Amino acid sequence: MENRFLRAENIHFSYHTGEGDTPAVVLENLSVAIRRGEFTAVLGHNGSGKSTLAKHFNAILLPQGGTVYVDGMDTREEENLLNIRQTVGMVFQNPDNQIVATIVEEDVAFALENMGVDPPEIRRRVDEALKEVGMYEYRLHAPHQLSGGQKQRIAIAGVIAMRPKCIVLDEPTAMLDPRGRREVLRTIRKLNQEHGITVVLITHYMDEAAKADRVVVMNDGRVLLDDTPREVFSHVETLKQVGLDVPQATELSYLLRQSGINLPVDLLDDEEFAAAWQALMEVHG
Amino acid sequence: MLKDITIGQYFPGDSVVHRMDSRIKIILTVAYIVMLFLSSNPAGLVVGFLFLWLSYGVSRIPYKMILKSLKPVAPIILFTGVLNMFFMDGDTLWQWGFLKITREGVLMAVLMTVRIICLIAGTSLMTYTTSPIALTDAIERLLSPLKRFRLPVHELAMMMTIALRFIPTLIEETDKIMAAQKARGADLETGGIVQRAKALVPILIPLFVSAFRRADELALAMECRCYHGGEGRTRMKQLRLRYYDFAACAFVALCIVGVLLVNRFVPAFL
Repeated sequence: MENRFLRAENIHFSYHTGEGDTPAVVLENLSVAIRRGEFTAVLGHNGSGKSTLAKHFNAILLPQGGTVYVDGMDTREEENLLNIRQTVGMVFQNPDNQIVATIVEEDVAFALENMGVDPPEIRRRVDEALKEVGMYEYRLHAPHQLSGGQKQRIAIAGVIAMRPKCIVLDEPTAMLDPRGRREVLRTIRKLNQEHGITVVLITHYMDEAAKADRVVVMNDGRVLLDDTPREVFSHVETLKQVGLDVPQATELSYLLRQSGINLPVDLLDDEEFAAAWQALMEVHG
Repeated sequence: MLKDITIGQYFPGDSVVHRMDSRIKIILTVAYIVMLFLSSNPAGLVVGFLFLWLSYGVSRIPYKMILKSLKPVAPIILFTGVLNMFFMDGDTLWQWGFLKITREGVLMAVLMTVRIICLIAGTSLMTYTTSPIALTDAIERLLSPLKRFRLPVHELAMMMTIALRFIPTLIEETDKIMAAQKARGADLETGGIVQRAKALVPILIPLFVSAFRRADELALAMECRCYHGGEGRTRMKQLRLRYYDFAACAFVALCIVGVLLVNRFVPAFL
């Protein structure tokens, strides 16, 4: 079995802004591969091409040069289209703009109805998906009665009801309050760990990226860094140059190191920082 | 504020009428209208009126809701009544210049008025007991044979569903925009009609822009979930007819037969 589940090879993409204007290049000769079952975070500031890349992974956009393979299928081939969309589910930023139906369970059923699944099977999968995201009790509610985090979980349920092998989430927490963010992230992580669903999380929150298996940093349509979070966030200066932050603990240890305190370069969260600090204190008494 | 606006006039409940298949409810409403217009004499309309009274009773919709449903159409009812009263030939009861009221005119006016009242109250009962989404669903299913004549039934139903889905969202958004414009000193409450209409422009433009953006994103999200029109689509909810649906149909059929018999055997007053 091919382990590189999503594969973008030398892809090129540009938007035409208007007559005679030079097209705005968004992706330039970009290659990246996502492995099966992996939790990948994609970081980048606005306009770095991360959303455009995400839309290439389920054939919403087609590369103008190069090739994108989804589970071995070429996205440019028309007959693969529905199959690709079932394989790679997509969740967007604004929960309000991706819910179609007026009742929660009807919305979760939407994709399955489109796929022509048998009614009893739809019912079973809808209930399952709703339980998976912890929204089963709300199945008969209207979407506008729910909070942002709950709506986003409904959107995720609508996608996992298709039983995709991969979910691409385009800044799913950007419009949520901290509580909604936590709910959504917990759900995503659960899907990745318990069901082995490949996750591509596009985000600009560093703490979300720090918990991924792998971080891809994009800048100006290219891949700048691609490694484990620990490795990526140790490049504090490179990240700052392209207008990105690092997690707070990493930032603090970076600043302390600059003023001569000997802390490790790869601290990702508060607990690691606290442990390192304690170790340091013990050495110095 | 705007939030209090209710969509349609659904009156949630758990009566037999509420639980009835919405397709049957639409068909029976049409049958009821036919029944009203079949009855050419007062006795037939009494049947129609009793039927209405019974249906409201069974569905536990308060009778005062009948009055509420009539309120917006009161001028039309009055107009029809008056018109019928003055423009019928027959035995003159009262005359003033060219205006005269005849016995036939009065009878006709009463008949027409009762007919329209029953018609409005009857159709309102359907919307009181059926949620807008169930109605949309029923319309899609009832009209589906017309697909053969290239009528985009599925697309129309999808449009209605999306409209229903986004009404609360857009109302909320309007509230926000209004607050934002007020914070910048927009005056929405004073002035004449023209001035107030002008004050709406800075609210409507952002609202439309955002509606277009929403539509764009929604289309994308629908495509991601394999939407490709009505072809090969299945539905999770299967409508199934129950014994009370058949009972209701039988009852309405009986009433229509009753009206026809009354027409035939009870002498008309005209």
